[in-house]
Amino acid sequence: MNLLTGNDLKTGDVIWWAGGQNWSLHVADAQDAGDEGEAILAREEKARRVNASYIVAAEMTDKGPMPLHIKERVRASGPTVRSDLAINTDIPIVGV
Amino acid sequence: MYEYDQYDQAMVDARVEEFRDQTRRRLAGELTEDQFKPLRLMNGLYLQLHAYMLRVAIPYGTLNSEQMKMLGHIARKYDRGYGHFTTRQNIQYNWIKLEDAPDILADLATVEMHAIQTSGNCIRNISSDQFAGAAADELTDPRPWAELLRQWSSFHPEFSYLPRKFKIAVIASDEDRAAMRLHDIGIQLVRNDAGELGAKFFVGGGMGRTPMIGPEIRDFVPADELIHYAEACLRVYNRYGRRDNKYKARIKILVHELGAEEYTRQVEEEFAHMKTLGLNPPVAELARITEFFQDPAYDSRARDELDLTDPDFRIWVEQNTHPHKQTGYAIANISLKPTGGIPGDASADQIDLMADLAKEYSFDELRVTHAQNIVLPHVKKSDLYALWQKLDEAGLAPPNLDLISDMIACPGLDYCSLANARSIPVAQKIGERFADIGRQKELGELKLKISGCINACGHHHAGHIGILGVDRKGVENYQLSLGGSGAEDVSLAKITGPGFDEDGIVDAVEKVTDVYLRDRTNGERFVDTYRRIGMAPFKEALYD
Repeated sequence: MNLLTGNDLKTGDVIWWAGGQNWSLHVADAQDAGDEGEAILAREEKARRVNASYIVAAEMTDKGPMPLHIKERVRASGPTVRSDLAINTDIPIVGV
Repeated sequence: MYEYDQYDQAMVDARVEEFRDQTRRRLAGELTEDQFKPLRLMNGLYLQLHAYMLRVAIPYGTLNSEQMKMLGHIARKYDRGYGHFTTRQNIQYNWIKLEDAPDILADLATVEMHAIQTSGNCIRNISSDQFAGAAADELTDPRPWAELLRQWSSFHPEFSYLPRKFKIAVIASDEDRAAMRLHDIGIQLVRNDAGELGAKFFVGGGMGRTPMIGPEIRDFVPADELIHYAEACLRVYNRYGRRDNKYKARIKILVHELGAEEYTRQVEEEFAHMKTLGLNPPVAELARITEFFQDPAYDSRARDELDLTDPDFRIWVEQNTHPHKQTGYAIANISLKPTGGIPGDASADQIDLMADLAKEYSFDELRVTHAQNIVLPHVKKSDLYALWQKLDEAGLAPPNLDLISDMIACPGLDYCSLANARSIPVAQKIGERFADIGRQKELGELKLKISGCINACGHHHAGHIGILGVDRKGVENYQLSLGGSGAEDVSLAKITGPGFDEDGIVDAVEKVTDVYLRDRTNGERFVDTYRRIGMAPFKEALYD
C-alpha cells in the first residue's frame, strides 16, 4: 500500500493523508492512496495543507498501516529517545 | 566580548524584516516551497525529520549571559523546552513552527544574535578555541581574528554562492581544541623568528564522505594580510571548485585534485594580484574589534589554593577544569553528557541556570565547544566549589570531560532527515555501559564520536573510537573505526571491519577498550596504544 506524508506547512508537524482533504498526525489514520498519490499530493500542496510531501511504501499490520522503511517509522513515532515527545511509542523501529 | 555597531544591528534587523515578509508570502501561497526553501535556509531554517529545525549562530562559540538567557527563552516559548548544542559551536531547535520563525529571529536580534549563514553554500559560523582569551597556553586571543573574519564573511557578495559550504577555524595555541585541520581553512596564529604575529594556513581539510587533513600551504601570513590571504584562498576555490557534483564540490577535493603545491601557487598568484588593487586590509577595524576582547577585571589577589577534601568535587576539578592564564582562576567545563542523556541537549531551565552562573562566576561569559559542552572561561578558584554544587544540583556536573562518556553524537535518525541510523541510542547505551566514573578514569582520555550517516556531523573520522551508522538493507548497522584525532595529533580513523548491530557495537567498544587496558604501556592514551600496536590486536578481539 502507498501512504502519503509530508509536513504541515505552518507547524512543520509530520502528517499523513487520511482521505479526502484530511491529514492526521497519526499514521494509524493513514489511507491507502493506491495509484492516485501523485495527483492527491499535487492538489494538497496547492491547497497549502502539506509541505514537502511524498509517497511512502507501507504494509497493513495489526497496528494499522505501517511504513516499511525505518526512517518513515521514526517519523511516524517521533524521536525514539524522547518518549515524552513521541507521537506513538508502539511503532516498531529496530529490526524491521 | 564583541558588541554590535550600528551596521551589524541594522543588517540583522533588516534581515529579520525581510524574512518576515518572505514567510508571510509563503504562508499566503505567493511563494512555492521551491522558491521559499533557499530563503529559509539562508536564515538557518531547515525542514527536518519531525519539524522545522532552526540553527542559531554562536560566533566562535562565545556568548554572554543575556544571550544564553535568550536561548533558554526560545527553547521554552517556541520549542519544546530544550535546545541542542552542536559540533559547530551553535545551537539547534528541533520543533520550530514556520509561523513563529520571524518572531524568533526578532527576539534573537534584540541580543545581537541571528541564524544567518548557518546553512547554504556560504562561509559558515567561524569556529575557534573554546578556551580563547583564558587558556594558559595561547599565544594571543584568536577571537578578534575570528570576529574580523565573521564581519568579512557576513553577506560577502562574492562568497554567498560558493560551490559548497565553507568552514573556517582560528586557533592560537599549539594544542588544537577546535579540530582546526579538519576545516576548509584552518588558521593558526603564530609568531615568526622576528616575533611578529601572523598565521599559518591549512587549506582543504574536512570530514564528510571524503575525509581529509588540511595541508599547510603557508607557514606565515603577516597579520595585516590575513584577510586578503583568506580571500585569495576562497577566490581560487570559487573559480575552480566543482559545481557539477555536490559530493566533489568541497575545497578539499579541489586541493586534492590540483595538489597542494599547485593550489598554493594559484593562491599566491591571486594574493599578489589582490595586493595591486589597493584594497587596504582592515587594520583599523581589527584594532577596534580587539578593544572588545580585553581581559576582564581579574582579582589580582585571587589565590590558587583549593580545598579538595570533598572527593566528588575533587574528581570534577581534576577532570573538568583547565588551567587559566590568570593566577587564582580556572576554566570550568560544564559537561552536557550525563549518563544515559542526549549529548549536547540542555533544557531551558539548564540553559537559564548556566546563564546565571556565568553572570555570577565568570564575568558574564560562556563558550560552546565543538564537543557539545559549555565552558565558563573565567572562574575564580575560590568560587569553584559553590559553582560545582549548583551545577551538580541541576545535573550539569558529570565529571567526564574527555573521557569515554564525553561523546560527540549527531542527532542521527531520531531527528535528522539525512541520517541512515540513530546515533543517540548508541551513545546512551555506551554511556550506561561505562557509567562507572572510576572505570572511565582508568581508560583515560578517550574521544568517542558517533555519526548517523556519512556526512560525519558526529566527527567519527576524528574519534579515537569512531562509530558510523549506516543503512544495511533497511536495518541500522554500525561501523567501528579506530585511531582518529581532531587535535594537534590529527589523524583519520580506520574502519576495523564488518559492522555491528545496536547492541553489538556497544560490546565492540568494550572489547577494544579491553585490548587497550591489556596492551597499554605507562602513560599511553587509547589512541597512543592503537598507533603503537596497530589494528591487528583490536581486529582479533572483535572478529576472531
